[in-house]
Amino acid sequence: MINKILTPSIDWAVQPPYLHPPYKSTAKRSPQQSLIPLAHTISELTGPVYGHESVKEGDSDLTTNTTVNGEAIGERIIVTGRVLDAHGKPVRNSLLEIWQANACGRYIHKVDQHDAPLDPNFTGAGRCMTDENGEYRFVTIKPGAYPWGNHENAWRPAHIHFSVFGTDFLSRLVTQMYFPGDPLLALDPIFNCIPDNKGADRLISSYAHDVTEEAWALGYRFDIVLAGSKQTPFE
Amino acid sequence: MYPQTPSQTVGPFFSYGLFFGGENILVKDQTQGPRIILTGQLFDGDGVPVKDGMIEIWQPDVNGYFNHPTDPNQAKADPNFAGFGRSETTDAGTYRFDTVKPGAIPSNDGTAPYINVRVFARGMLIDAVTRIYFADEAATATDPVLAAIDPARRDTLIAQREGSKILTIYRLDIRLQGTNETIFFDA
Repeated sequence: MINKILTPSIDWAVQPPYLHPPYKSTAKRSPQQSLIPLAHTISELTGPVYGHESVKEGDSDLTTNTTVNGEAIGERIIVTGRVLDAHGKPVRNSLLEIWQANACGRYIHKVDQHDAPLDPNFTGAGRCMTDENGEYRFVTIKPGAYPWGNHENAWRPAHIHFSVFGTDFLSRLVTQMYFPGDPLLALDPIFNCIPDNKGADRLISSYAHDVTEEAWALGYRFDIVLAGSKQTPFE
Repeated sequence: MYPQTPSQTVGPFFSYGLFFGGENILVKDQTQGPRIILTGQLFDGDGVPVKDGMIEIWQPDVNGYFNHPTDPNQAKADPNFAGFGRSETTDAGTYRFDTVKPGAIPSNDGTAPYINVRVFARGMLIDAVTRIYFADEAATATDPVLAAIDPARRDTLIAQREGSKILTIYRLDIRLQGTNETIFFDA
């Protein structure tokens, strides 16, 4: 029997609000009524289960997973980290999906009309599963910054979109990973939507020299902590 | 508790990273239970269709069981039904799933059949959690979660049945804001 509890899984001191006026698209897409507290039942404490068959070998290397006639262009990087649950335990066999702009700041999406070249050898999408320690690893190209229409001379800082599944419905997360030292972070209304500065800092990867591979690629570490039931899990 | 990683918007360009074909089809030939089409439109606060949104659903099988180790009934769950799907909205803001009507989760409190839903879109820094219930289920009138909601807003969670004898369609629009704003939960 699972106890019904009314403690929300989301920590609203850390998570962004729906309405954040500096990010103009939130104005008409933000719910305005109060959220209704929801007791966690079996439908919240279960979630999609992925097996290793969900991901093909090579899906995690974005520099090679869609090459056509040459190598992907740009600065090769390794992005790795751990996925942890709300209690700090590694999340095993968790599916991560990422997507990003290419080195020039251009997405291979029909809506993106930024005047920057596409790279025929780089799609910018990848998938992988976490291992027994909750660790994941992608090889990709460092994405470029790109302009957007939110305000005058608006540029998104370089980022990689992450979609992550944990062990249940409550632990679903879609987020963006940024790069350390990027001067555009201070100017970006999406990055600056987090009420708690320390929360925002957790969206910035750290340069990891131990991940960097000699004469090949720079390494970055980005750990992810998922929300979840505050109930202590049964052992 | 460990400090959570904050959410960020899915943005406008997620399609090629999250959709490769068939993500909105939950049924296989062997899946148990009558098929339904679950559809509706996603609207913003001006009633304009959200054409770059994404809806994810999580539901039990036709008998109310989840294929997940936390469900005490997992052994009885349909092995040919994973229970998860995602749909990107069209230019009309329309989402669509081919699935089975879920059974009610076993309970002693009158819980009605429902589907868990997450709504993602450009302009949403964090997704919104809602549910879809079914107008033609008797238990929808007694469900304890619905009963605790303002009756004037309850219908925002209840899909209406449409369609012919050969195709069962349930329709529910999702309104992010404004008149008839959908009920969203703090899960």
